[in-house]
This record gives sequence, structure tokens and C-alpha cells, in this order.
Amino acid sequence: MDLIANLSTGFGVAFTPINLLYAFVGCMLGTLIGVLPGIGPVATIAMLLPATYALPPVSALIMLAGIYYGAQYGGSTTAILVNLPGESSSVVTTLDGYQMARKGRAGPALAAAGLGSFFAGSVGTLILAAFAPPLTELAFKFGPAEYFSLMILGLIGAVVLASGSLIKAIAMIVLGLLMGLIGTDVNSGVARFSFDIPELTDGVGFVTIAMGVFGYGEIISNLSRPEDEREVFTAKVEGLFPTAQDFKRMLPAVLRGTTLGSVLGVLPGGGALLAAFAAYTIEKKTKLQPGEVPFGQGNIRGVAAPESANNAGAQTSFIPLLTLGIPPNAVMALMVGAMTIHNIQPGPQVMTSNPELFWGLIASMWIGNLMLVILNLPLIGMWIKLLSVPYRFLFPAIVLFCAIGVYSTNNNTFDIWMVAGFGFIGYLFLKLGCEPAPLLLGFILGPMMEENLRRALLLSRGDWSVFVTRPLSGGLLAAALLLLVIVLLPSVKSKREEAFVDD
Amino acid sequence: MNIKSQKDFFSGLMFLVVGGAFAWGATSYSIGTGARMGPGYFPLLLGVLLAILGSITMFYSLVIETSNGDKVGSFAWRPIAFILGSNLAFGILLGGLPSIKLPSMGLIVAIYALTFIASKAGSEFKLRDVLLLATVLAVGSYLAFIVLLKLQMPVWPTFIAG
Repeated sequence: MDLIANLSTGFGVAFTPINLLYAFVGCMLGTLIGVLPGIGPVATIAMLLPATYALPPVSALIMLAGIYYGAQYGGSTTAILVNLPGESSSVVTTLDGYQMARKGRAGPALAAAGLGSFFAGSVGTLILAAFAPPLTELAFKFGPAEYFSLMILGLIGAVVLASGSLIKAIAMIVLGLLMGLIGTDVNSGVARFSFDIPELTDGVGFVTIAMGVFGYGEIISNLSRPEDEREVFTAKVEGLFPTAQDFKRMLPAVLRGTTLGSVLGVLPGGGALLAAFAAYTIEKKTKLQPGEVPFGQGNIRGVAAPESANNAGAQTSFIPLLTLGIPPNAVMALMVGAMTIHNIQPGPQVMTSNPELFWGLIASMWIGNLMLVILNLPLIGMWIKLLSVPYRFLFPAIVLFCAIGVYSTNNNTFDIWMVAGFGFIGYLFLKLGCEPAPLLLGFILGPMMEENLRRALLLSRGDWSVFVTRPLSGGLLAAALLLLVIVLLPSVKSKREEAFVDD
Repeated sequence: MNIKSQKDFFSGLMFLVVGGAFAWGATSYSIGTGARMGPGYFPLLLGVLLAILGSITMFYSLVIETSNGDKVGSFAWRPIAFILGSNLAFGILLGGLPSIKLPSMGLIVAIYALTFIASKAGSEFKLRDVLLLATVLAVGSYLAFIVLLKLQMPVWPTFIAG
């Protein structure tokens, strides 16, 4: 039993007191920041990344995974209590979760989200552990042409699920790819687009972009809106635990959500988002039991299913990252950046060259999920208090953390000037209705794509047909094309627009 | 001709200009051929692609009717100026400005400056609250980043710390 042997290696690494502590700190910090309204997981991870610089790689990754789960969970807490989804995949949670909170059932809603996520996360971790080795085998069969096509598929998948205009999302990816090319070209040593600024020859830091665009850009945009009356349910969240009846209704919803999430999460693109939407739709289609509240008015299944799906998807979206080294969404793109800072190049070789790290990370994912349940259910009262902190105290603190974070990446004030620039650009994007997440994904993939394109064309002596004649590569490109065609079909197009208008 | 969607028109314009600039910049590097890609090959390809996507977006924004014109709206200059300004002040105070021989003032001073300037971006500004917040942030950051995480950065002004 390889699986058990591998997992026990992993738990051996993750269960050391020091790594448990880092997982705990990561979850705690992640939830703490993630709970703050208006800060999604991308900004949270970017902001907390510097906290891991001083750690050894394994501990750093464990802490980052904790931050990631914490941020996700914090996002659902705000979705339920304030009707503000911290990220796109918890949009559906607001539909029934907020209604439950309004009816005084915030406790069961939060518990349903927490327990559902834990179950889904555990299943997702097992799937990850079981499927990673065979997929890694497959990854070694990939040549540069296959990698290039896979990245195309991943990028197309990511925009297909983005809300808003498809063509603008693709343009944002291309813009991200271009920005990723700034700096010294590894092959020729030519410094591209660096305007003779020495700092730019190393390229633009991804932390700088993430914080500027996601941190500052969003703060400015939040401040420009008149303070709306945020209804926070700070008064009473009592009766934390769902009733037996709730459990009976939740269970099948959690199971359905988990299955759906695990499958969809592996797909490139925002698998978790699609999974949450699909899980909610399925629940809505099932028949209501007698005495059950209709959907949209506070049905517990409407919280449990999308939250499980979302978390299972979040878990299995590590599969393409860890086996192929290709981030399927912006959060994972950030994880790639984090790994590179710790001198780990994600990809199939990690599992063989660094088994402790690989399996330790997987084991710590499960531990992270467990900790979230332990941490969050009793601490819900504290998170709620945090939600009632006025924004005028929060935003200077966020600006400060971003500034310190950016500075400490390279101990260089140049990055601080850059982040100000990206803050403005981020605000501009929001004003122009351009979603910034695809940009970050493109930014991380830019250099990888160029390198694989270069190698593929070198091997084929400049013949572009290599991308379609190699069966694997051709299949991936066909899948990308199929995705595009499906989204552009008139019937799907109107449905897609409907789904995003709905929220 | 009327602009039917302002947002799309200007984002299209942005993509067109930026893509064009990248493509133009790429021509100053060696382009090479497919089999031997030079440093300019991929950026040129992408720049042209971005410019094309931008043109299409602009074209659509001129022909496809929208219900409200998708106005960009006015810019929130006040938050922009104060948020970005506080960030710049932080950088200057933390790192100093060698070009005008301004020494580093260290983290603590920088935190107070950042909090004050950033707070001006909001609609409410209460001096007492801001002072309190700045002090909490300064103490907290000192403990978290300097004591606990041991990040390397100047804490006190150079003329005090030496």
C-alpha cells in the first residue's frame, strides 16, 4: 500500500510540534485576514506571504496552506454574516447563508459550512494523495508542446468561468503574460522592457502586482463608495450547532457537493467556483422535503452543498499544481510564486526529489482543515467581533501590511514605488470592468509558456503544426477550443450571463 | 459615432495602446525565427495579439447597445492620492532617499506617517482614534515583524540608532 506508506511519511513530517504550530498560526492568520470584508484569499495570501520568508520550506508551505484554508473559510464567514462574498466561489453561499443569519440561524449556517468543508476537504486530500503519483507519471510523458497546450487550456478554462466579458478576460491574460516577460530573458540574457532600471531586470515581483492590484486597488475602490449600511449580525449568534433535522438534510447535500467539487476542482480554471455554482443548482433541482424552507430563504442545504463543493474543489485544484506545476487559478498562481521564493519549482519532480515536502504538504492540508473546524466553531464569536470593526480602522492597517510585505520581499524601496503604481492600475481595472484575476494567472505563466513554446518549436524546427499533430497536445488544444465554442454558443452564453447577473 | 459602452471602449483602448507599445518595444530586440526564437519573438506575438483584442473590444463598444452606456464614472482622486501617498511616504521614511540625502527614519516613524496619511482617505478623521490606531500598529508590527519574524529593516531613525 503505497498510499498509506506515503501518507504516513507525510504525517510524520506534518505532526512535528513545530509544523503543527505553523499550521495553526497559518489557519489563524488566514481566517483573521480573510474574515475582514473586502479582502479575498488572493490579497490575504499575498499580504501574509512575508510572514513565511524566515521559515524552512516545508514549514513555510504548511503555513501557507493553512493561510489558504483560513482565508477561504474566513470568506464564507463574511458571506454568511455580512452578505459580502470574500471571493467569487462563496457568492452562492450568500444566497441562503445570509438569509439563515437574518433568521437568527447564523450558528447552524456557519457550522454547516465548517463541517461540510471539513468533510469535503478530507475527501479532497485523499483524492489528491491517491491521484498525484499516477498523474506525475503522466506528467513525465509531457513534452514542451504538451505543456504549452496545457497552459493554453488552463488559461482558457480560467476565463471561461470568469464573470463578465470573455474577450476582456482573454486580453487581461495576454497583458499578464506580457508583464511576466519583463526582465532578463533567460536564454539570451537580454533585459526586456526594463528601461535600464536595474531593479526591473529581475522582473516585476508577483507580490508587488498582487498587493497593488488586489490590495490597494480594492481599498481605493471600497473607499470611493459611500459607506453603505452594512448589516452585521453581531448581536447574537446562539445555538451554534445544527439540529438533528439539519444534519439529516445536510448530509446528502454535503456528499453531492463533495463529489461534484472533487471532480470539477481538477479541471483547469476556477474549478472551485464552477463547483459551488453547480452544487447549488443541483440542490435547487432536488425536491424539497415537507417542512423545508425554500431555497433563497435560508435552506441549510444551500449552504452545505456549495461550501463542500468549493472546499473539495479547492483541495483538488492542488493536483494540477503539484503534479504538473501549472496553477489552475489565481490563488494557486500565488502559491507557485511562494514556492519559487522558497526555491521549490513546482512540478512532477517535487514528489521524487522532495518526498517529505510533497507528502508533508498533503498531510498538513488535512490537518489544516481539521484545525479550521476546531478553531472556527468555538471562535466564531471573536470573528464576529472583528467584523464589527469599522473600516476606517481596517484600511490603514491593510495598507501598512501591504507596504511592509512588499518591502520585506527584497528589502528594497523600489518595490514600494512599484506597488503604488500597481495600486492605481488595479483601481483603473476595476473602473473599466476588467477582472484582475486572469492577469495574475497570465503573469505567473508568462515565462513558462515562452520557454515551452521555444523548446517545442526548436524541436520541431519551427514547425507550428507540432502542437496539433502530437496527440496529447492536440487533444488539449481541442479541449480548449471546445470550451471556447461551448461558452460562445448562444444558449450557453445567455445562461452564463444570467448566472453572473444573478449574484 | 456614439460610444455605447464607455468601460469597454476605454479598456479596449488601453489594451490596444499597451499591446502596441509592447509589440513596438519587442522589435528593438532580436526577433529570430520560430526554430530559433529571439528575445523579441514571444513579446511581439503577444503584443500584437493584445492590440487585436483591444481593437475588437473597442469595435464592440461602438456597435453593441448597452442599457446605461456603461459609464466609467468619476475617479476617486481623494482615496487614490492619500492611499498611494501614504505608501510612498512609508517608503521614503523607511528607506530614506539617497538622492536628496534624506536618511532613513525607520519603521516606527514610517508607520505613524502611513497611518495618518492613509486615514485622511476615509470620510471620517478623528485624531485621537488615528493616534491610537497608529500606536497599536507600531507596537504590533514591531513585535510581529521585528521581534518574532526577525525581518531585516531599520526600526529607528539612523541618527538615533547610529
